[in-house]
Amino acid sequence: MAPRMIRGAQAVAEAAALCRPQVISAYPITPQTVIVEELAQMIANGKLEAEFVNVESEHSAASVVLGASATGVRVYTASSSQGLLLMSEVLYNIAGMRLPVVLTCANRSVSAPLNIWNDQQDSISLRDSGCLQFYAENNQEAVDLLLLAYRVAEDHGVMLPALVCVDGFLLPHAYEAVDVPEPKEVDAFLPPYQPLYRLDPDEPLTFGAYAEPDKYMEARYMMQRAQEKAISVIQEAGHSFEKVFGRPISALMERYRMDDASTALVAMGSVIGTIKDVVDELRSQGQRVGALKIVTYRPFPKELIYHALKEMENIIVLDKAVSLGSGGPLATEIRAAFQGSPQPPRVSGVIAGLGGRDITMDTIKRIISQAQKEVLEAEFVDLREDMELEGVD
Amino acid sequence: MMREIRIHARAGQGAITTAMLLAVAAFEEGKHALAFPHFGAERMGAPMNAFVRLSDVPIRLRSQIRHPDYVLVQDPTLLRVNDVTAGLKPGAIVIVNEEKSPEELGLKARVVTVPASCIARDVIGRADRGNTALLGAFAAATGEISLEALKKAVSARFQGESRDRNLEALEQAYDLIASKPGGSS
Repeated sequence: MAPRMIRGAQAVAEAAALCRPQVISAYPITPQTVIVEELAQMIANGKLEAEFVNVESEHSAASVVLGASATGVRVYTASSSQGLLLMSEVLYNIAGMRLPVVLTCANRSVSAPLNIWNDQQDSISLRDSGCLQFYAENNQEAVDLLLLAYRVAEDHGVMLPALVCVDGFLLPHAYEAVDVPEPKEVDAFLPPYQPLYRLDPDEPLTFGAYAEPDKYMEARYMMQRAQEKAISVIQEAGHSFEKVFGRPISALMERYRMDDASTALVAMGSVIGTIKDVVDELRSQGQRVGALKIVTYRPFPKELIYHALKEMENIIVLDKAVSLGSGGPLATEIRAAFQGSPQPPRVSGVIAGLGGRDITMDTIKRIISQAQKEVLEAEFVDLREDMELEGVD
Repeated sequence: MMREIRIHARAGQGAITTAMLLAVAAFEEGKHALAFPHFGAERMGAPMNAFVRLSDVPIRLRSQIRHPDYVLVQDPTLLRVNDVTAGLKPGAIVIVNEEKSPEELGLKARVVTVPASCIARDVIGRADRGNTALLGAFAAATGEISLEALKKAVSARFQGESRDRNLEALEQAYDLIASKPGGSS
């Protein structure tokens, strides 16, 4: 289909509908609501055949899709911020029950202070939940990664839930050209869900059974192996995507002007667009700068990342989240990837854009010039200078 | 060449629709466009911005617009609240929904005024639906977008009588600004 100038939320909802979910359940929360509103409208208008289950909280929304998925049908939900946190108790169960639930996270900061704007603290806090995590740079990727997420999540070697993360407001509320594929193309890429096991009254079985110390660890081990296996499944799904839809997809990561680069910026989500513009500007001035976009955060493709970055002098990792008491979660993992290597690059970590703080090209340029002089450790950038920060120093 | 447009409005006044119509019209002309809102308090009546980028090449930049080529002010009461001229690029044009002359506003910028609310009141029957008239003024004052493309965008967004009246408001404002010699101060 030809690209259309549409709102991100509409593009994501259309993509979700194309995946033919049979049950959708969600609870409204800004900035996610616009996505499920579109889906509710499609169902009400008879354009999508699915059951939309209205619930009283995100915990219930996640529980509904858990139950529905366990009966062997494809499901969809979406959330943000506190809503995702309220879902998290259930999401750990969904992952442990090996149910391929797919949800869109419209990334938003977490309370307190109360703030509706974008950062990635909500999905990052589900880092260890067993959910696959993909981060979209733009609305085309928000669509493409959703299709890919179902395919990977439902692969019998994976069978894990997946989060497709889109920066709140910056993507769902933005109008830009998006190519939402034809139903027959999506059907060719994503066949109907074939559950390995399902709840059936005629052949009863238990999901999420009691596992004593003699079995629990094996269950967790299998989840870890499934995450590792997912790397190759994602790669394969990416190749298949390109064949079916006739356009490229960066499924695990994307190298941008990295050949001969000596400084690399590493980040996830929509800020990569701004970073690419900075890279082009600095390249035109002769600076050897490139960017590495991490698309798949879980599983973490550390081998590929290591090889993409090992020749760098300076690596600058931008996190839109912070592991309080440690630092940038992505920076920590990038540093770990170079542990024990003979001549490791200098890895700087910066925290930026929390709670919707705008990240400008000037911000990125300042970070680069600072990190070329000294290694930055969990440096909060663009802090206000006119506010007294109590308890600091 | 990228063109950056900053819209000042109050939440509920249709600034997102203004931005969207401009993006759709530009897309209609084969350009790349990105339109997105930035909310303040996310409450009806609170000051907010919407941003539009237009370009001949794909747009990747996601930051807010601090140095606009053009500013659209949907609500003139915001002139008392916000500095709508903040960060203007050299030669930038500020288009204000206002009956007064540009000189009377006393802004340090190239200003075009258009009585968009009056046009909307007379043509659409609602003074708070001035965004299509404002867009007509934008097209006439800047030449960045054709009236034809805007008409297509408006026709796709509205139906029936609402479409006809919005098209009328768009054209009235366009003609009004296009007929003024210089049109600005």
